[in-house]
Amino acid sequence: MNERSSSGSSWLAALVLLMGCGGAEGGDSAMLSGSVQIDGSSTVFPIAEAVAEEFQAANRSVRVTVGVSGSGGGFERFCNGEIDITNASRPIRDSEIEECAAAGIQFTEVPVAWDGLSIIVNPQNDFLTCVTTDELRRIWAPDMRVSTWRDVRAGWPDEEIRLYGPGTDSGTFDYFTETIVGESGASRPDFQASEDDNILVQGVAGDRFALGYFGYAYYAENAGRLKLVEVDGGTGCVAPSDETIENGTYAPLARPLFFYVKHAALQRPEVRAYVEFMLREAPTLVPATGYHALSAAEYEEDLALIARVAGGGA
Amino acid sequence: MTAQHPAIGEGRSALDRKRRAKGAVFAVLCGAATAVGVLSLAVLLVDVVADGIGSLDADFMTSFASRFPERAGIKAALAGSVWILFLTASIAFPLSVAAAIYLEEYAGEGWISRAIQTNIANLAGVPSIVYGILGLAFFVRTLGFDRSVISGALTLSLLVMPVIIIASQEAIRAVPSTIREAAYGLGATRWQVVSRQILPMAMPGIMTGTILALSRAVGETAPLIMVGAVGFIAFTPDGLRDPFTVLPLQIYNWVSRPQDEFRALAAAGIIVLLALLLSMNAVAIVLRNRYRTRI
Repeated sequence: MNERSSSGSSWLAALVLLMGCGGAEGGDSAMLSGSVQIDGSSTVFPIAEAVAEEFQAANRSVRVTVGVSGSGGGFERFCNGEIDITNASRPIRDSEIEECAAAGIQFTEVPVAWDGLSIIVNPQNDFLTCVTTDELRRIWAPDMRVSTWRDVRAGWPDEEIRLYGPGTDSGTFDYFTETIVGESGASRPDFQASEDDNILVQGVAGDRFALGYFGYAYYAENAGRLKLVEVDGGTGCVAPSDETIENGTYAPLARPLFFYVKHAALQRPEVRAYVEFMLREAPTLVPATGYHALSAAEYEEDLALIARVAGGGA
Repeated sequence: MTAQHPAIGEGRSALDRKRRAKGAVFAVLCGAATAVGVLSLAVLLVDVVADGIGSLDADFMTSFASRFPERAGIKAALAGSVWILFLTASIAFPLSVAAAIYLEEYAGEGWISRAIQTNIANLAGVPSIVYGILGLAFFVRTLGFDRSVISGALTLSLLVMPVIIIASQEAIRAVPSTIREAAYGLGATRWQVVSRQILPMAMPGIMTGTILALSRAVGETAPLIMVGAVGFIAFTPDGLRDPFTVLPLQIYNWVSRPQDEFRALAAAGIIVLLALLLSMNAVAIVLRNRYRTRI
C-alpha cells in the first residue's frame, strides 16, 4: 500500500533481469533496485545497521533505511503497511497480531540473534557473586518489600540497595519484568531509569551499593569498571558468556531478538535478497555488534522458512 | 553617563551612598549571571572540541554512517539537516511574517483576534513531540507525504511558526506609530506603508526571532523521529519525498553506543551541528545588516 508505482515497475524489471541471470543466489545481483524500509527496536538497531551497511555496499542502487521507533513503534508502522521489515527485542503481542490481521498484513517472525541481559553491580561490591532469580524477583517486585541488601539475603550489608534499569518504553524492560517479576511492565517505580544504557553503566560504576541490568554488550565494553553477577535460574550459578548464551544455559535472561518481514514485501526481489543476505552474513556480523549469533543450523532453518513463505521466485 | 550624575561634592548624604551601593551590587549580580552562561558555554565548547576535533576530517564529512567508528561519517545527517533547515525556513518565514502583519496591521481588535493571539502564545509552549504526533497523523498519513523530508520540514514549520509570529509582532509593534501616521498623511496606501516603512524597520527584529526559532528547529529530534527520520541511511535526499536523517539523531545514535570511539564521533557531530548553526546565524546577520543600510 505504500509502494509507489515506479517501484512496482522497477521490481518487475529487476525480476526479469534476475531470472535472466539465473539468479539462483537470490541476492547479490548488481541489478537490484527499489527500496527496503526497516524500522523497530533500538536494541536490534546495531545488527540492522551492520547488515544494511554491508548490503548497501554490495547493492548501490537499492535504498535501505533503518529507523529506530522502538519495538512497539515498529510494530505499529509494520501493521499499518508502512514498512517491509520491523525489528523487535520481544515477540509480537496479541493486540499487535490483531492489528496486522485487520490490515490484512501477513508476516513471518524470524529469530536473528541472542542478547544476554546482564545483572551488574559495582566492582567494590564483594558480597554478591551469584543471585537467584527469586531474589531478583523480590528486589524488583512492585510491592517494594526490599529496601536494603540485608532484606534480600541475611548476612548482606544493611545498606540501601540502589537500582538502575532501562526505561519503561524499552523492550528490555518488558522482557526483564515478564521473565523475572512474572508480569510484563510490573516493576517497582523507585529505580533510576534511562533509555541510554551508558547512563546506567555510569550510575552503577559510581555507586557501591547499586544493582542494575542491561544488555551484555554494554558490560563487555565497560568490564573494567563493572562487576558481572552470575544468575541462578534453578540449575546453579551461570555467568553470561558467548557459550552459555548460545547453548541456552544462561536461562532465563538470554533472550532472542527478532525481525518480522511482510510476506507481500518478500515478493520484491530487493527485500528477499536483503533478508537472505542478513541470514547468510549474520554469523559474522552479529558477534561484531556485541550480540550472540544463533547456530548455523538455526540460520539454515530461518532461510528455509523464508524460502517457504516467499514461494518459488528466485 | 557622567553628565547624568553630577558630582555633588564631598557632602554626599548617607542615603545617596546607600543608593549607589545598591546599584553596584545589582551590576555585580547581573555580571555574575552573564558569567554563568558564558562559562558553561565555554566549558561545553572546550570539552566537545577536545573530544571531537580528532575525528573531524574530510572523510568524516563525506562518509555515511557505519558500524566501524573509523569509517563512520556524517554526510547523510548533514545533508538531511541542511534540507530540513532550508525547507523549514522557506515555509515558516513567509507564512509567519504574513500572519504577524495581518494580526498587527489588518485585523481588528475583536474577540476573534484576541482568541487567535492567545492560541499562538499557547502553541509556542507546546512540547515538540505533540507536533510530531500531529505531523505523523496529518502530513505522513492523511496527506500521504510518507516519511519524507517534506513531512519533516512541514512539521518543524508548525513548531517554529508561533515563535516567529510572536517575535515579528513585537518587531512590528516597535515601529513608531508616528511613521505610520506620517505615511498615511502623505497619502500612502496600507500596502505601501507596510512594504516600504514597517517591514524594513521591523526586519532586524523579525530576523532575530527567526534565527532563534530555526536554531531550535535544527536541534529537534523527537518530532522528526515521529515523522520518520531514520537511524541508518547511506544516501542523501534527492527530492522532497525522500527519506532522511538529521544531525541530532545521528549524534544521539552515536552517544548511546557501548563503544567509546563512537562518543568521539558524537562530539565531532556536535561541532558540525554548531558550525551549521553559526553559519546560518551569519547569513541572517548579513541579511539583517543589508536591510538596515537600505533604510
